[in-house]
Amino acid sequence: MSLTARVSPSPHPVVQALHAEWTKLRTVAGPAWLLAGVIALTVAVGTVAAGAAQCPSAACGIDPAKVSFTGLYLGQAAVAVAGVLAVGNEYSAGMIKLSLIAVPRRLTWFFAKAAVLTVPVLIASALAVAGSALAGWLILPGHGFTPVHGYASLITGTDIRAAVGAVLYLTLIALLSLGIATAVRDSAVAIGLVLGLLYLFPIIASLVSDATLARRLQQIGLLSAGLDVQATIGVKTLPLTPWQGLSVVALWTAGALLLGAFALKFRDA
Amino acid sequence: MTTAPVTPYRSQAAAGRESFWHLVHAEWTKFRTVRGWMITMIVAIMAVTAFVFLATNVSSSCSGSACPAPPAGPGGEPVTDAFYFAHQPLTGNGTITVQLTSLTGQVAVGPSQTVPGLQPWSKAGIIIKQNTSQGSAYAAMMVTGSHGVRMQWDYVNDTPGLTGSMSASSPRWLRLVRTGDTITGYDSADGTHWTLAGTATLPGLTSIVQAGLFAAAPSNGNTATATGVFRHIGLSWTATRWTGTNVGGSGPNGVPQPGTLRQSADAITVTGSGDITPLAGDGSVLSLQRALAGTPIGLIPLIVVGAMFITTEYRRGLIRVSLTASPNRGRLLAAKAVMIATVSFVTGLIAATLAVAVGARTLARTGVPLWPVPALTLARMLVGTAALLAVAAVLALAIGTVLRRSAAAVAAAIVVIFVPYLLALVPPLVGRGVLARGGFAGGGLSLIAREWLLRITPAAGFSAQQVVPRFSQVADAFYSPNWGYYPLAPWAGFAVECAWAAAALALAFYLLRRRDA
Repeated sequence: MSLTARVSPSPHPVVQALHAEWTKLRTVAGPAWLLAGVIALTVAVGTVAAGAAQCPSAACGIDPAKVSFTGLYLGQAAVAVAGVLAVGNEYSAGMIKLSLIAVPRRLTWFFAKAAVLTVPVLIASALAVAGSALAGWLILPGHGFTPVHGYASLITGTDIRAAVGAVLYLTLIALLSLGIATAVRDSAVAIGLVLGLLYLFPIIASLVSDATLARRLQQIGLLSAGLDVQATIGVKTLPLTPWQGLSVVALWTAGALLLGAFALKFRDA
Repeated sequence: MTTAPVTPYRSQAAAGRESFWHLVHAEWTKFRTVRGWMITMIVAIMAVTAFVFLATNVSSSCSGSACPAPPAGPGGEPVTDAFYFAHQPLTGNGTITVQLTSLTGQVAVGPSQTVPGLQPWSKAGIIIKQNTSQGSAYAAMMVTGSHGVRMQWDYVNDTPGLTGSMSASSPRWLRLVRTGDTITGYDSADGTHWTLAGTATLPGLTSIVQAGLFAAAPSNGNTATATGVFRHIGLSWTATRWTGTNVGGSGPNGVPQPGTLRQSADAITVTGSGDITPLAGDGSVLSLQRALAGTPIGLIPLIVVGAMFITTEYRRGLIRVSLTASPNRGRLLAAKAVMIATVSFVTGLIAATLAVAVGARTLARTGVPLWPVPALTLARMLVGTAALLAVAAVLALAIGTVLRRSAAAVAAAIVVIFVPYLLALVPPLVGRGVLARGGFAGGGLSLIAREWLLRITPAAGFSAQQVVPRFSQVADAFYSPNWGYYPLAPWAGFAVECAWAAAALALAFYLLRRRDA
């Protein structure tokens, strides 16, 4: 019932940390450029892939969503850089010491960092995916993706699930990169690890000669599991169901965030 | 008053420091004293070598029961040898002459539904073969779907004969003459004017061989058959009854569909499926190239170190010290490039040699016939792998010089080098199968788009590893990047990668001189 509490309401520490992190993100040009790069790269490559795709006959077996979202192969690298740099720049510039003096509760700082990164990445991912989907929607019907060939319409519930899944996938990749960068504290090593995790699993899966092992690698691999949620045809033959695929990515992200939080809490900055 | 001119004092040490090799040595000291980088090199070697065990575990590639090994040809190479053979024995020398009036084909599109369709490499003609077992020596004259008349022998050899399409009004005459272990092929459009098509020597051909008519059609995802109609069959020996044999039986390496033999008063009609070629398709399983499948895994740590070799100088401000020591900025960049290329080359060479040494043993244990690898090809494989890794590291260094930020440089280098390779490989096709050219397997890019990625991006450098040559007489659809076939010749692909590195280095050189450090 104290009067002072109403007169000078001091914001909750979490709100303060969020505000501080948002100011950092907003006032540096790098993140904005990176996220613009995510959109440009994803849409440009998706448009080229859609322009090169041809469905000459019925049952040609081409997934229009995967064609449209080809740009995500590159876009996710830019998203990963954004996630890595959110923390990596703090360490490389020595800013981390100042940040932790300002917000001594390290997990609060970590949460604020992750939360503030999530919003712009989510928006950029949504724009990138929407742009790619629009390009595919405009281009693909002219390249044989017509009702005659079994593509009734390119906007169905399945297509919306694929698009939403792709947006969530990109956001999860940014958070995964943030967690790994916090754990290793070096931008270059962190981005090498993240991109290695992303791109090596599908290559290894395609090169091992044991079919069972290959399928298992596709189930646990980040990129291949993330591709499952973007599939719109042949869903029954996928190594995982679409939402299972996204759950695998979410598990990886949760693991990386936990690792980062653990390292941050129990290690000198 | 005059004095002798005084020579100004020149430090002897200064001349030594100007030397390019001192710069290289300084870069080597920088490299070797960062413990993490040396460890990364060892990790790269171990990653490439350890992956051999996963990649060469061939026996389990057929889920369930073990796959029978494919037959081996006279040269020891794995071959496809499955077709329908209407034959009779020939003892000693002899000649067989036929007139072919029709070659048609069927493609199975459903369980019991077929549509007319002739594959480009569907074939029917005459053949003289050691015996009816798979992989034995042979020589054949044939009419093909869209490649005219060909003479082929011992799987890897193929020479063209008459061109143009065949019809009932414009038939093709084929003739094979056996003299000892030499077989000569002739073709003719009218049966009187003959042209020499080719001469084949089949070492060790026994006196009794099987000679006759054959038909084969390679499967293109769907089972295909070819039907040839033979007339005016002339044999130099006393004819016996024709025996019909599906060479290879109908097992895993046999014919997709048993053939038929129909005889009427003036014609013999032979229908068959399968093919007689060097084995293609899941080819990387069957060559030592499989042992180098771990190269992309070793590539990522090398890219990280290559980019960091310059970006850490910017991050720590060491670049100013380096440029004070060597004011000629181009030489500093050159010294760094020489150093990172040398270190990566040595790392790659050790990794490739270990991987091939281990892979050769594990592959030999599977009992699958392997492509014979001549010493020069083996050397090109090993040196090519080391060189493609070295050039990739130099490209990463150049990107690092241009971008100056570690994370951005590493990401950009991985995207430029690695993502095209990934896009060319995915969708991963697990197990045996054939992709239709221009077709897809579950989404992604078409085979044509994927091959273009391996022509114009730095990923073309992987061509240097290819062991199995591409044969023109095998349908293109059998040559997918997934199976280790690249669209460019080994050194051409490597040259494309070098061009990328050179262009990036030129840009890095320009920016390094123009910008403040």
